[in-house]
Amino acid sequence: MTGAATFPRWAWVPFGLTLVLLAVPLTALVVRAPWGRMGELLLSDRARDALALSLGTCAATTVIVLVLGVPTALVLARSSGRWAAVARTLVTVPMVLPPVVAGLALLTALGRRGLVGSTLSALGIEIGFTTAAVVVAQTFVALPFLVVSLEGALRSAGTSYERAAARLGASPSHVFRRVTVPLALPAVASGTALAFARALGEFGATLTFAGSLQGVTRTVPLEIYLLRESDTELALALAVVLLGVAAGIVFLAVRVGRRRA
Amino acid sequence: MPVLAALTASIVLAGCAPADDGPLVFAASSLADVLPAFAPGARYSFDGSAGLVDQLNSGAPADVFASADRRTMDRAVALGLIDGDPVGFASNRLVIAVADGNPAGITGFDESLNSGRLVMCAPEVPCGALADELATDAGLTLSPVSEETKVTDVLGKVESGEADAGLVYATDAAGSVAVDTLEIPGAADAPNTYWVAVVRGAGQPDAARVYVDSLTGQWQDDLAAAGFGPP
Amino acid sequence: MPDAIHVHAVVPERALDLDVRVPDGSTLAVVGPNGAGKSSLLQLISGELRPDPGLVTVHGVPFSGPVRHVPPHRRRFGHLEQRPLLFPHLTVADNVAFGLRARGTGQAEATARALAELDAVGCEDLAARRPAALSGGQAQRVSLARALAVDPEVMLLDEPLAALDATVAPELRRLLRDRLAGVTTVLATHDLLDVVALADDMIELGGGRVLARGPVDDLCQRPSTPFLAGFVGVNLLHGTSRGGSEVWIGDDLAVAGSAAQPLPPGPARAVFSPAAVSVFAQAPHGSPRNEMPAVVVHVEDRWPAQRVVLDVVGQRIAADLTPQSVAELGLGAGVPVTAVLKATQVTLHPGAHPQAGDGARPRG
Repeated sequence: MTGAATFPRWAWVPFGLTLVLLAVPLTALVVRAPWGRMGELLLSDRARDALALSLGTCAATTVIVLVLGVPTALVLARSSGRWAAVARTLVTVPMVLPPVVAGLALLTALGRRGLVGSTLSALGIEIGFTTAAVVVAQTFVALPFLVVSLEGALRSAGTSYERAAARLGASPSHVFRRVTVPLALPAVASGTALAFARALGEFGATLTFAGSLQGVTRTVPLEIYLLRESDTELALALAVVLLGVAAGIVFLAVRVGRRRA
Repeated sequence: MPVLAALTASIVLAGCAPADDGPLVFAASSLADVLPAFAPGARYSFDGSAGLVDQLNSGAPADVFASADRRTMDRAVALGLIDGDPVGFASNRLVIAVADGNPAGITGFDESLNSGRLVMCAPEVPCGALADELATDAGLTLSPVSEETKVTDVLGKVESGEADAGLVYATDAAGSVAVDTLEIPGAADAPNTYWVAVVRGAGQPDAARVYVDSLTGQWQDDLAAAGFGPP
Repeated sequence: MPDAIHVHAVVPERALDLDVRVPDGSTLAVVGPNGAGKSSLLQLISGELRPDPGLVTVHGVPFSGPVRHVPPHRRRFGHLEQRPLLFPHLTVADNVAFGLRARGTGQAEATARALAELDAVGCEDLAARRPAALSGGQAQRVSLARALAVDPEVMLLDEPLAALDATVAPELRRLLRDRLAGVTTVLATHDLLDVVALADDMIELGGGRVLARGPVDDLCQRPSTPFLAGFVGVNLLHGTSRGGSEVWIGDDLAVAGSAAQPLPPGPARAVFSPAAVSVFAQAPHGSPRNEMPAVVVHVEDRWPAQRVVLDVVGQRIAADLTPQSVAELGLGAGVPVTAVLKATQVTLHPGAHPQAGDGARPRG
């Protein structure tokens, strides 16, 4: 790196404070983790159940987020006018909603006495307290992350290549598969990583909507919350795993984003 | 006479500290509905008992600690957080809360609980430990659809109709109009006991002492009226 | 010759009202100022803009009309614009094969055709590269190969050479002429060289309408509008003929020159090069002919000459002078001068100026 810095010198102070503020708690978590018993702790039934459930539900959520989110982002990016603005707001709201509120919203919609749930219940479909409810809660909070980040990327990329492809005879679906998605791949990757990370950390909506039962609905964050008082060591061990997975995902997302940029 | 003493102490204390500066009380969530009515001058922080011990252990300033079970209070004592001996001041028994009208047809503390959607506390928290104890005594294996971290979450899921039945404290069920209550045989014999103590290093040890005395003294009738059992 | 393309269309929101025909196998150049409707015409043909009302037919088949609109991807037209728009995630060969693959041709056949097209534009050795590794000229050649790989019924070119630097453009212009020979082509351009090298006919658009049309040679030699005159680089003065070899541009102001045939009475115009104009501070007392009072509008540097734009009884002409003359005469905006034309360098033509004055209304 050469050349003069393009920011005021005092910016180093808040920069340093930011690093301290963020790094100290994370470091504390790592330092306090029971490294000596890590293997034994993570191989326990509870830890294995929680980890398997979290990874499984997050994988399912990620697939749903991709299938629904990529076309949604495209429609939003290529639309304007009032309905598009309303749709865009709708898609963004779950991002800024407190997770507990998201859980309440899902409960009032899909719960046994909910708007939709009462009908489903009459048909014999019960979502509450099932693993499916965890996936629904995670999808609700994670989907906006992909849609919002991808929409921005698609919008700024413009439509020239898509137009060129159509002029060469490619149908809209062919353009989507062969041009739009490949060109947006870095944004898709980073949006997916964000959504996966958000799903992995999902707590409030899951607790409110899906409940908490080992192996069924008790994901890693819920298990950590429950164990933090009774079995701090296991809670810390799981927290470190969560931290590691999150850091890994962010690292990969940044790399993929850079490679094609 | 104790009333007079307490009153005098309060006046004396009020003289040395701002009026709104009553003792800071860390108390179990299930007490949140009753304690503020007894002593409006005190300040409160309600949470799960175990969480409160963690906070005290991390140096949170408090004058009084009231826990929802003996085990948690013992932990606080073992950690050296308590000044003097804790005293029991109330008890609570578990009951079955069923959704309004009992749609799942729960008949009592028996197999019928497993035919509907049962929600209870996780074994890590006092209400869950107590429920497990009662089930073991009754030779019953419970299969809940969810194990919550807080008794209020259990009640909430029954109130909203998501669950058919929940195991909650009698005082919680009494405070809710959206649920019906079924008694658990023998629950009164194995109650959950509430303990209170002055926190070591309390900023206001005298006010704390007065508060603890009131809880075991003149507030007993009010606790009983709220559905709590004797200590 | 039958028309390969016929556009007869109105598009109210773009203030377009066009009737344009392109004979089979020929190239039509479309010129006009920015906003005149050149790109809109291309979009009407490509199907990205729908006439309302109107009809676009290609080889007699209606492609856009009141009852039918064939979407762009179902038309087999080739496009080349200023930007090559090669897909950055595909190799050069895959780019060229893209159109065939999109239309269902098998991988092997499409690749073979792509390599042949690359060969034809001299880029066979670039087949395995990514577009990011190409120069501007190479990318535009590949883009041409990609457009031609689908055997387009017509080619639509929108400023295809405008972004290339001057050393590369002539070579690519030659390539376009070779590869597009016999292909019905519509070419929108700002460059006279493109028109002369590639087109058979030309039209001038202004304000969404056709202002002039004809064979390229005719319009270049006898521009009928100020825009065409400027485009070709000559001056044009409109007036009337009273018979003989003069065009009267004012009640008592005439421009003398030579005409192929004696001019009939009626509208007429005088065409001359900027080099044929001399400028004097005072009227030189010698030849009384072709002396016109003028006012300097502005002076611009066109090294090595200075271009002086003059207002002559409400019409504009350009004069190319040496920097010394400009300095000696003290020319600047608003300075009154006398412009003198050598009659031997002025050609006179009969004919009216279509919509004089408002032809080049810019659109928002």
